[in-house]
Amino acid sequence: MADEPTAKTATALLVLGCPQVPVQTSIALYLINRLKKAGITPVVAGNKAANTLLVVSDPDRHYLGEVIDLDRAVGLITDKKRDFDQCFVFIHNDAGVSYAATMGAISKAKLYALVYGEHYEEQVKKIDFPCTVIAAKAVHNPLPLKKAIDEVAPWAA
Amino acid sequence: MGCVESMNYEIVLRDATFKESRDYIHSNFRESIDVQPGFKIFDVHVIGLPPIAIGLDGDFVIFPYTKPCHGTFLLRVEDGEEAARLRALKK
Repeated sequence: MADEPTAKTATALLVLGCPQVPVQTSIALYLINRLKKAGITPVVAGNKAANTLLVVSDPDRHYLGEVIDLDRAVGLITDKKRDFDQCFVFIHNDAGVSYAATMGAISKAKLYALVYGEHYEEQVKKIDFPCTVIAAKAVHNPLPLKKAIDEVAPWAA
Repeated sequence: MGCVESMNYEIVLRDATFKESRDYIHSNFRESIDVQPGFKIFDVHVIGLPPIAIGLDGDFVIFPYTKPCHGTFLLRVEDGEEAARLRALKK
């Protein structure tokens, strides 16, 4: 049995943005759940505040798996020490677009731009690199963005 | 910011968009180099839409540093060795 090759589990990286827009944490947990149910291992990368919001929301780690610092994740991917099959970047400001473009350039993952917030259309216009854009006007209520994600169903791709 | 925090840096632009940062370098520095996202300057992997412009002014390196909550900062750091390394990449 030990010599049998094991199938490599698909992986997904969730790149969190600034957590100032409330929907990010709930959508991240929702997406993690859907990915895990589909057999995809999710890894979260964010700044300290964004990561801590998730860790505190899921103290027994029912949903969360590996959580890493965002700068460290960029370094690991750039240095070819890690990569993922899918990458979801949470975008509600200019920095989010910059991180998505960076992931598109350094990673081989299929890239998804999750765009939300009050001025989501303004951010969508800045995206001129290959990726699947999933966008909705969602600030406090996550349902519009959840609906947009469900329509794409990236866990089934 | 890790390593950046320990640098003696000057903030040239703060809370800028990535485009404002790139335009500022092209408009204000005669010497610049374009790099790809993830390129390492000092100990920082630069973030942004390719190509990312890095300014050079004597021994000073001017580069964008992006934080998720504060947008892009344009930082000016004096380091002759790093400036020389970047100039060598242009050749």
